[in-house]
Amino acid sequence: MADLTSNFLGIKSPNPFWLASAPPTDKAYNVNRAFEAGWGGVSWKTLGEDPHIVNVNGPRYTTMMSNDRRVIGFNNIELITDRPFQVNLKEMRQVKRDWPDRAVIASVMFPMSEASWAKHIPIIEDTGIDGFELNFGCPHGMSERGMGAAVGQVPEYIKQATEWCKKYATVPVIVKLTPNITDVIYPAEAVLEGGGDAVSLINTINSIMRVDYDSLTMFPTTGGMGTHGGYCGEAVKPIALNMVAEIARNEKTRNLPISGIGGVSTWKDAVDFIALGASNVQVCTAAMVYGFKIVEDMKTGLSNFLDEKGMNSVDELIGKAVPSVTDWKFLNLNHVDKAVIDQDKCIKCGRCHIVCEDTSHQAIEYSTDSGDRVFTVKDDECVGCNLCVSVCPVIDCISMVAMTSGTDPRTGKAISPQASDWTTHPNNPLKVS
Amino acid sequence: MSDNNLTNKVMNIKSHRLSKKEIDDNFSDLHAPLSAIEALIEADRCYFCYDAPCTKACPSDIDVPGFIQSIRSDNLTGAAEKILSENIFGGMCARDCPTEELCQLACVRNDHEQKPVEIGLLQRYATDSVLNNGVQLFSRQENTGKSIAVVGAGPAGISCAHRLAVLGHKITVYDAKDKLGGLNEYGIAAYKTPNDFAQQELDYILDIGGITIETGMQLGKQINLEGLQEKYDAVFLGCGLGSVNKLNLDNEDISGVIDAVEYIANLRQTNNKDELMVGKNIVVIGGGMTAIDIAVQSKLLGAEQVTIAYRRSKKIMAASEYEQALAKKHDVQIQYNMSPKRLIADDSHVTAMEFDVMKSQNDGSLKASGENITLKADVVFKAIGQKLVTEGLTDNNSLEIEKGRIVVDEQRKTSLSKVWAGGDCVLDGDNLTVSAVQDGKLAAISINETLTQGA
Repeated sequence: MADLTSNFLGIKSPNPFWLASAPPTDKAYNVNRAFEAGWGGVSWKTLGEDPHIVNVNGPRYTTMMSNDRRVIGFNNIELITDRPFQVNLKEMRQVKRDWPDRAVIASVMFPMSEASWAKHIPIIEDTGIDGFELNFGCPHGMSERGMGAAVGQVPEYIKQATEWCKKYATVPVIVKLTPNITDVIYPAEAVLEGGGDAVSLINTINSIMRVDYDSLTMFPTTGGMGTHGGYCGEAVKPIALNMVAEIARNEKTRNLPISGIGGVSTWKDAVDFIALGASNVQVCTAAMVYGFKIVEDMKTGLSNFLDEKGMNSVDELIGKAVPSVTDWKFLNLNHVDKAVIDQDKCIKCGRCHIVCEDTSHQAIEYSTDSGDRVFTVKDDECVGCNLCVSVCPVIDCISMVAMTSGTDPRTGKAISPQASDWTTHPNNPLKVS
Repeated sequence: MSDNNLTNKVMNIKSHRLSKKEIDDNFSDLHAPLSAIEALIEADRCYFCYDAPCTKACPSDIDVPGFIQSIRSDNLTGAAEKILSENIFGGMCARDCPTEELCQLACVRNDHEQKPVEIGLLQRYATDSVLNNGVQLFSRQENTGKSIAVVGAGPAGISCAHRLAVLGHKITVYDAKDKLGGLNEYGIAAYKTPNDFAQQELDYILDIGGITIETGMQLGKQINLEGLQEKYDAVFLGCGLGSVNKLNLDNEDISGVIDAVEYIANLRQTNNKDELMVGKNIVVIGGGMTAIDIAVQSKLLGAEQVTIAYRRSKKIMAASEYEQALAKKHDVQIQYNMSPKRLIADDSHVTAMEFDVMKSQNDGSLKASGENITLKADVVFKAIGQKLVTEGLTDNNSLEIEKGRIVVDEQRKTSLSKVWAGGDCVLDGDNLTVSAVQDGKLAAISINETLTQGA
């Protein structure tokens, strides 16, 4: 069995699955249940100044579902903790005492005033928590008050607040980033400049789920009016993975430890995040959809996967896929793939044909001449776009196969063993000669 | 003519073999309708195939992936419109179509996971939504001033009448029976269409207007083809098959030997199925859907031993594998290669039936093997096919008939210039409701083209 033990910034936990700062980590009751279920750590629901905020007494959550009611995406308008500061501190102290082997992180959000950080950070650290996570991501409500994403969207504020926190904290400081920005590199670099120890990302994405088809108002509403919320769950994972990978491959930030967040629902999602540069992952939506037990499969799945890969620990997986991520301009334009349909597996639905015919390169022929429905790839039209693979309902029925020799029947050009990219392409006005 | 009203003079024939509740339960829906969530999940299984095999397999050309996509998106009216615009009896066909041999056999999911999309149940879900809520999807075009006679208010005739009414023509439908619907009302197994669905569907269809109904009008009696041709701009014959084939055995009209079709009609019309007289040992002669229907329904009424005796082999049997399995599930015995030889009677009531056991020859023909089997029977149902009644049709010998069926072309035109035909009465029909509906639709399109040419 591979070792799932995680050491993130010196914070040890029995596995790399932490619960993200969110409703599941709102209070001791939930956190105790989470630890009993086997979670490696928690980022406690974000603390703020007293008097504590209040939440609406109406819908805080909405989901996007498939027809069989499986949750695909999840939206929330809940704010940070709505309990008194001291109540949280007391519970955090007790929980950390009761669960010394688990990671307990204090998520915090304070105004852009050094006095506030100076006042709160030492008292929080005194509870025995393992680290801080600065919530610069919350996109709703708190951002209207100049906190959360309002800080996370301005690199100078990130740097400043990070500096203040570091000044008054002795434990590691993780900065949680918002995806509601144009380029995640700027906030990540600001964290480095402010002396932050790590980043965690992504927080939720600004979103409105839909309208109510009867009332033609947005949905859901609190008594008729609604507001945008934060989007999360499986649907946001690709957005999160890109941002994680961007930080992991950026020259300045590549050594900045990352805690991956965004749609982690199974061990495979954790593999995605970790291979693309995260050191551990944080989960919220999957727990809010299925309960804490979901961590069991995450742990055995990841462990079995590492065993299959001959890896002894999670650390060996970190960043494995990062070298394969590059800019478009460095992709090999001499590489030629062609779609190949396994006729024995094909169930003749024709989806590959119609999407290629209607929306792509007219490269899959449909014939009923033999009496059967037959779909075949026209190599002289196929550009290797992978659309057919992407819509085929049968696993491994269509695959992309690279041409290694001969001539591409589409272009009439010989397959070149030499790689060649856009930077030297004759059509590039800025090509390097 | 055999007696169709069984009497309790014979000891083994009696009513109330089961309690009313047991019988009501037995005749409740064969397949429960889908709930909303079941429909959404099932609809999600459709791959929205290109040039979909299910649609190609549908005799009435229903755009199956199209209507299922509309179910997926909560557009039930759109789904029903897709179905009903091709097949106005989409509700009945959803219940009685042998989908396992048509659309669902063609479903690509069979190759993927050996389980097709439940197209029939989805079609029922979509059509029920407009039928139950009375959402009228069709309106009549401007009156053309043309009038058309339709003979027979079964699926072929009403399908033709509805399409012609949509196109703005005036229709008069003639039917010999008191109630409309043809075999939808009198023939289809009761458990496939409970709760008077046939009449509910007809009410919906006829609601469009422009269709006058004349019941109690039988060809060769109150009406004849020649008169209709004179009176109307066009005539559609959807008169079905009015009489049943005979076994051609000596004592065929002894008591207890019954036409399955008539017994089923009584079964469909009665409000108290527990009052029906039911035999103890029943033998059904035949190999089609009617044989299965009468056998299964006899079991549901409480018959103890029901055996279908079919003259040929299992492979050739007209009833589908699915229907044969349904019969076996209801404890009906099916015996193949059994050719009726002789009815054995006691006091002029049947007590048993003797069969020649047949053997297939190399050329496909059957030959008696010399072996005989005798089955105990207090009721023998004849389900060996029906035949066209030609009275009132062929009086002047000008309507072309072949093999006892009316000859039609692809547009469902007969040999007479003003006469079209469809459903069970035409040659090369497959005796399916869905095909009858398609015949009526195609004939209506052709009639409309003919009547509006040069207009």
